[in-house]
Amino acid sequence: MNALHPPALTGGEVYRIHWVLGTDRLLAVCHCGAEHEFEDPVDVWEWLLAHPDGHRPFDDPAGRDPGEEAP
Amino acid sequence: MTAFVRNQWYVAAYAHEVGRDLLGRTILGEPILLYRTEDGRPVALADRCVHRRFPLSEKPSRLDGDRVVCGYHGFTYGTDGVCVSVPAQRRIPRTARLATYPVVEQDSFVWVWIGDREPGDTLPPRAPWLDSSDHTVVCGMEPLDADYGLLVDNLLDLSHETYLHGGYIGTPEVAETPITTEVDDKSGVVYVSRHMDDAECPPFYAKSTGIAGRITRWQDIEYHAPCLYLLHSRIAPVGAPGPNPDGSDPHAFHVEVVYGITPSTEKTTYDFWAVARDFALDDQRVSDFLRENNHTVVMQDVVALNVLQKALDTEKPGYQELSINIDTGGLAARRILARMAAENAAPAEAGVR
Repeated sequence: MNALHPPALTGGEVYRIHWVLGTDRLLAVCHCGAEHEFEDPVDVWEWLLAHPDGHRPFDDPAGRDPGEEAP
Repeated sequence: MTAFVRNQWYVAAYAHEVGRDLLGRTILGEPILLYRTEDGRPVALADRCVHRRFPLSEKPSRLDGDRVVCGYHGFTYGTDGVCVSVPAQRRIPRTARLATYPVVEQDSFVWVWIGDREPGDTLPPRAPWLDSSDHTVVCGMEPLDADYGLLVDNLLDLSHETYLHGGYIGTPEVAETPITTEVDDKSGVVYVSRHMDDAECPPFYAKSTGIAGRITRWQDIEYHAPCLYLLHSRIAPVGAPGPNPDGSDPHAFHVEVVYGITPSTEKTTYDFWAVARDFALDDQRVSDFLRENNHTVVMQDVVALNVLQKALDTEKPGYQELSINIDTGGLAARRILARMAAENAAPAEAGVR
């Protein structure tokens, strides 16, 4: 998370996308708490707007793609 | 094209533009006549006489008290749109009535509701700085020969400042600094933050604030789809204390840049722009400088977007674009606009969906 950017919007269903400092990656955070990193903003929105498909609070530590089936 | 979003408030004019002269504006393809009654109330009516469709905003149409007299054959209408007089006969056809539009005067704008239902309690989003004694405002309006979606795209990604507006508001740091994007899908609000800790001060801010050295520059975009764009701009010398917990921020200069984005036709847009500042409130030279400088910046966008629209017009259907990180906010806006347009399609369009 970027400490410079505390949440500005306070609604209950806010999506947040942080450009991870020093990288080209985007960290997408769904209003359900699920997080995932992407390299393409189009993929970010496909994943966020697919909620709840592929969303688990605090993304799988194994780094599995959200679209992948759980073993 | 970017689909129109109905059942929304749109900026039709600045309050100072609407008076006892007849003003015509086309909003979402609907020709609208604007004027003020003798007691100062803004009125919005369909801008076509029911008889032969003559534009009521065009001379020799005129006001007679609060009534509009068509300049072609003299059909005369009240503020409720009802025709009260036709030439040479006493019977006035029942259908001789102009559509009326809900109007609100707020934050120095005249807003008009375009839709198929009444606005009810819905009010336009706010831009309170434009009508505040704590701020001084310069403003203008430029017609754009482009789809309003191109203006939304432009304003949601300020990294273009570095290239299109270099020497005015652009410096290298704008394009180099990562952004955070927040989206409240339900409310239709996109918020994009770009906070630059140590940046070159562009002439726009150096000359208006008097800051000589490098600056902390915050750009916080708040886009209320589809109609209003706010850029909260905070400028302070590097090392100056930040905002206080109570929200006060005495060590910084604040500029609120406001855009009313009003689609006119499919490929024309009204670009209402305003710059409100909380410093040098009575300094006319600062006002003159900011007006001229911002007008130049707006025209740089207008010229570029007009060129872009012409280029897009030659593209084959289904042409490809490429989006990168800087487009995160713009992509969010596009999705929100598409959703809102689908939810608020005109009844005839909805029927064929």
